[in-house]
Amino acid sequence: MTTPPKPRFKLTRRKMILGGTLAGGALVVGYTATHPMQVAGAVLTAGGPAAEPGSFGPYISVAPDGWVLIVNPQQEMGQGIHAALAAMIAEEMDADWDRVRVVQAPVNFAHYGPQIAGGSNNVASHWDRLRQTGAAARSMFVDAAALRWQVLRRQLTVQDSVVAHPASGRSASFAELIADAAQQTPPQQPMLKQPGEYRLIGTDRVRRKDCRPKSTGRQIYTQDVHLSDMLVAVVAHPPRFGGQLAGFDDSDARKVAGVVDVFAIETGVAVVALNTFAAMQGRDALRLRWDDSAAETRSSPELASWYRDIAAGRVEEDAHSFEERGAIDQPQRGEVFETTFDFPWLAHAPMEPLDCVAQVDGWNVNIWSGSHNASVDQIHAALTARTIPGRINLTVLTAGGSFGRRGVAMSDYVVECVRIAQRTGGRPVKLIWTREDEMAGGYYRPMAHHRVKVVLGSDGYPADWRHHIVSQGLLPFGSNAQNSEGVAGSPYFATAATVDCRITSPSLPVPVSFWRSVGHSHTAMVMEHVIDQLARRAGRDPAEYRRVLYRAAAAERRVAVLDELCRRAGWNTPLEQGWARGMAVHECFGTIVGQVAEVRLDEDRPVVRRVVAVVDCGIAISPDQIAAQVEGSIGFGLSAALYGAVTLRDGIVQETNFDTYPLVRMNEMPAVETYIMPSTRPPTGMGEPAVPPIAPAVANALLALTGEPTRSLPFLTGRGATNADV
Amino acid sequence: MIYTLHVNGEWHRVDDDGQTPLLWVLRDALRLTGTKYGCGKAQCGACTVHLDGRPVRSCSVALADAAGAQIGTIEAVGGAEADAVTEAWVARGVPQCGFCQSGQVMSAVALLRSNPAPTDQDIDLAMSGNLCRCATYPRIRAGIHDAAAALGASRS
Repeated sequence: MTTPPKPRFKLTRRKMILGGTLAGGALVVGYTATHPMQVAGAVLTAGGPAAEPGSFGPYISVAPDGWVLIVNPQQEMGQGIHAALAAMIAEEMDADWDRVRVVQAPVNFAHYGPQIAGGSNNVASHWDRLRQTGAAARSMFVDAAALRWQVLRRQLTVQDSVVAHPASGRSASFAELIADAAQQTPPQQPMLKQPGEYRLIGTDRVRRKDCRPKSTGRQIYTQDVHLSDMLVAVVAHPPRFGGQLAGFDDSDARKVAGVVDVFAIETGVAVVALNTFAAMQGRDALRLRWDDSAAETRSSPELASWYRDIAAGRVEEDAHSFEERGAIDQPQRGEVFETTFDFPWLAHAPMEPLDCVAQVDGWNVNIWSGSHNASVDQIHAALTARTIPGRINLTVLTAGGSFGRRGVAMSDYVVECVRIAQRTGGRPVKLIWTREDEMAGGYYRPMAHHRVKVVLGSDGYPADWRHHIVSQGLLPFGSNAQNSEGVAGSPYFATAATVDCRITSPSLPVPVSFWRSVGHSHTAMVMEHVIDQLARRAGRDPAEYRRVLYRAAAAERRVAVLDELCRRAGWNTPLEQGWARGMAVHECFGTIVGQVAEVRLDEDRPVVRRVVAVVDCGIAISPDQIAAQVEGSIGFGLSAALYGAVTLRDGIVQETNFDTYPLVRMNEMPAVETYIMPSTRPPTGMGEPAVPPIAPAVANALLALTGEPTRSLPFLTGRGATNADV
Repeated sequence: MIYTLHVNGEWHRVDDDGQTPLLWVLRDALRLTGTKYGCGKAQCGACTVHLDGRPVRSCSVALADAAGAQIGTIEAVGGAEADAVTEAWVARGVPQCGFCQSGQVMSAVALLRSNPAPTDQDIDLAMSGNLCRCATYPRIRAGIHDAAAALGASRS
């Protein structure tokens, strides 16, 4: 089962040229040949320790006091990526993890390539590159010690930043070897450890390093940036998606103490003030007229009904076929199972509402932002300011959550901030979106409708699977694959002679975007809840029914997760009266997560007390952070399942704060147990894949309790887009 | 109008509208940015501070009403309970994005000062006003129990 990791690219001499340079007392190991000043600037902007220009490379430096500084290219938004990527380097370097410091890199394409996060990809995509970087640094220290002591390399050991020669009892720390190590040539093909040799990866030592500043109020987020002479801006956006500004009267707004300026921009009317509250009061005092002639003015039930008509073939819309097998014009005969599902729009609602700081000085633009996709924000900022990306100095800050919202492909709020900053005579501007701005501002997880028709064979397993998804596309190109992932290639098609899966991507003015786990946030609910209903039809246990299909699909990793899940959850053991278990097993971005939820009903309200999760994410880098992501993903997914819905009434968003868009609170959070499958496969991500299974696990428990299937989310409230007329 | 605020043991003169939420006075005028804006209507608890020892949502307290009271923020919260909570948060690895954690810590410290050995139900009551979008709740709960134990009073 072990697949050796394939190098994404080979190290070349040119790429390793920075390795071995020494200045200011620090060893540098990096990849690319770039001007040292750029490198130093990059690090220093990110707040690294003071050093001479040229003393830092893009990834690692070792300070004379022995601390190892790891410059992390990808943004920390809560997912623990800083610890995971640093551990890859530290493991191969045999650095002392307790004396490793991690700092955030600014945007720099030359050093780091694209700095974006999507599909939980960064653990997988950095696995080879960062291990090789760490191994190259280790090798240089070993060469230095071998030379100094006139011994063979293979007689040396390295542990916790100390090189030792056991035969003679000699040892030297990385700090003591810096000058000599810097003279060595970095190896082009450094030897990497086998998984069995790891001393750091996979242990509880790999913990996140930002807990103290985040527990004492000292972590700086974009909201906290303060610059001399800085202004604060808020923007009045159109109340309907697609609406345009028709006119405004700012006479009262300008009378508010502290308001400095009011002006129209592409996205609405900006109010610029000396402080945040003055800007908000100024906005409240605006009199605004909007042109809604091109705006969305429909209500959610009407849109949901349209989606259903499309899937049922009652209205004609183009459909894209994403999976087809067998003679689809000759349906199989047998018992027919048919169902539909409706899902509402969902807001990301990160705890830090959207914000950005920008300062425009001619062609040069300084930006401070919790950028999820910093490389994309840099390009959009340059286009907006009519300059080149190299003139965009983007300082990437830790974000108070994103879940996709800070990674919108059009960089909407960053562009908005730059536009305002172009009008303030060079003064820096902090753009603040209120919670209401964020929730009513679009870029939601799209509404989705699924129509599923399965014909069962005489053995009770699917013989014919028809599936039609209706959901807005997330990107202006392509075939909306993001909203069919999780259905496409499903192991549940294994026994079907005919499979016909289509997606229709209706166009409407409500902007949609990536939301933690993307299409899996609805496809997992459909596939996993349909499977439980099919198992009931066939009179089989849902775990056993899945196992047969996984075996038929040769989905061995799923079988292993399922078996472990049953064992850990006590699947076949009895529960107290009134409680039931439900399960879901889903693959998302290469990671397989199975969950079993223990649920009871308090009147109509599902109460979830315990969730057992089993994870196969390849090699587990940080068991602690994998568990943290599973816990958090279950809370995130449960919030959506129980309450999550953004709805329109006559085009106006009805849910604008946590009173109408509730999240799970302390008293509703289940106990979570996480079990990680042992693996030697290259690691895959954990930021998203534990979100999708929780909704179907709860739905399947409710099915077991009541016999009633779920046909729409959220479970609670009548506000859901689609609950209104179901 | 000029108000006198007593924040973290120091007196400050603030010239502002009396209706200005304490949150924005703390953040913009006094630059105490550890207290966060998350919702503006006492729904999320990210702006929790201590007012005469009680945890309050500073977004919903007017400057005029805060004048004269003892205000404590995350920047200066101290004492045995605060130390125990901070150490438990670090040891448990509580924060993810971290944005709500100032408020969580302020609520947890206030809980432990009034109840040195909270039960799970006490924790539910005291902490349910603080949202965490990353859902770090299991670790917050465990962290409060750890802190209580460290303070020598755990019953769980």
